[in-house]
Amino acid sequence: MTSSKKELAVAALRNGTVIDHIPSRALFTAVRILGIEGLDTSVTIGNNLASERLGSKGIIKVADVEFAEDVLNRIALIAPDAMVNIIRDYEVVEKRHVSLPDTLVGIVRCSNPKCVTNHEKIPTRFIVSGHGADVRLRCHYCNHTVSGAEAATIQ
Amino acid sequence: MKSRSLVAIDQIDKQELLDLLARAQYFEAHPNSKILDGKVVATLFFEPSTRTRLSFETAVNRLGGRVIGFSDASTSSTSKGETLKDTIKMVSNYADIIVMRHFIEGAAQYATEVTDVPIVNAGDGANQHPSQTLLDLYSILKTQGTLEGLTITMVGDLKYGRTVHSLLMAMRHFKPVFNFVSSDELRMPQEYLDVCEREGIEYHLHTEFSEDIINSSDILYMTRVQRERFSDVMEYEKVKNLYTLHNAMLDGSKPTLRILHPLPRVNEISTDVDDNPKAYYFEQARNGVFARQAILTRALGIDPLKL
Ligand SMILES: [Zn+2]
Repeated sequence: MTSSKKELAVAALRNGTVIDHIPSRALFTAVRILGIEGLDTSVTIGNNLASERLGSKGIIKVADVEFAEDVLNRIALIAPDAMVNIIRDYEVVEKRHVSLPDTLVGIVRCSNPKCVTNHEKIPTRFIVSGHGADVRLRCHYCNHTVSGAEAATIQ
Repeated sequence: MKSRSLVAIDQIDKQELLDLLARAQYFEAHPNSKILDGKVVATLFFEPSTRTRLSFETAVNRLGGRVIGFSDASTSSTSKGETLKDTIKMVSNYADIIVMRHFIEGAAQYATEVTDVPIVNAGDGANQHPSQTLLDLYSILKTQGTLEGLTITMVGDLKYGRTVHSLLMAMRHFKPVFNFVSSDELRMPQEYLDVCEREGIEYHLHTEFSEDIINSSDILYMTRVQRERFSDVMEYEKVKNLYTLHNAMLDGSKPTLRILHPLPRVNEISTDVDDNPKAYYFEQARNGVFARQAILTRALGIDPLKL
């Protein structure tokens, strides 16, 4: 096989999901949040690819899996520009942005060391408010509030 | 009737606040009764607070209920490593209602998620302390005859002081004018100024604790300024005496002005104020029993006004 053919073999997806425009530093976190390590279908992960918008981006291709919307939206905090492509029979049948849910459960750790979520075995829960750069996350338990940018660095 | 937990004062709306205040008023007129006869109230103080615990236990005893619990986590199974969840589950088998205080923030909210027994938050770290806020509100109502349209001046530590934040959230229903008097370092956090903006509430930020401000006020709410809140010790030394109230500062104040303080105080109210009839902080604590009787009966779904 020539190298260009090899690239094509990896790139072409008959059925499944392609998640593009993930910031490079967030790629492996996104992989973890989406539970991709546990899949047994073929998965292709690319990182540090050139991107005009992000400078450097990551991409995840998963064969034969279509993720539920609320699962995909769990990466919106760390990859707000992520674009989801649903592929069926080599065609992109749906293309959409991820969007931040009203509450984020079990993704971000609460940065308040006295918060109950850091002492008992419970998933964190944050109430999301604002948009874009003004996103704020308030802990459902201790009310500690952080910006979306801060929260994205706490994993 | 529904039984309901009380975790934070901003979880309840204006109508429910007024209902609680009407109950407190009723209990002030009828402090002793048997309406909690046969009820078991657990007071779980994972963090000791004699003041709050005695107030809650007095509230229960005067209504004929029984109290179980502990006043210090070292005497409880928590010291053997039991999780909060397990302690709450265990106590839920015995009690009709759980009053809890914990140094862990969010502990009371979490407790409501692991049991069907109503939970009353008696303070969770720096987070919430709704019975304190209700007693503050009741004290304001009682001394002013109304909650509407009052000028409320908060002084001292407005950054970390949870009592002033909760009081602000509760008073936002009643068209107040706020004066926030503090050093720059301890100023009211932006999120609470945003609440005022959103609700169309007039507020003024001051760094100087002037007589003009005092003279315009209906309520002076004083708080402790603690050394450990300052990143710079020099800054603390500079401001520690700037927000102390002395009796002479009250000369031009309204006759109806009342001075509140969540207690204990350190030096933010000079003792020469204590004998001034405008000093209300000792009676304020007494109102705590009525406020807590109101909270307990609401949580248990017992309406004293309809018995
Ligand atoms: Zn928290």
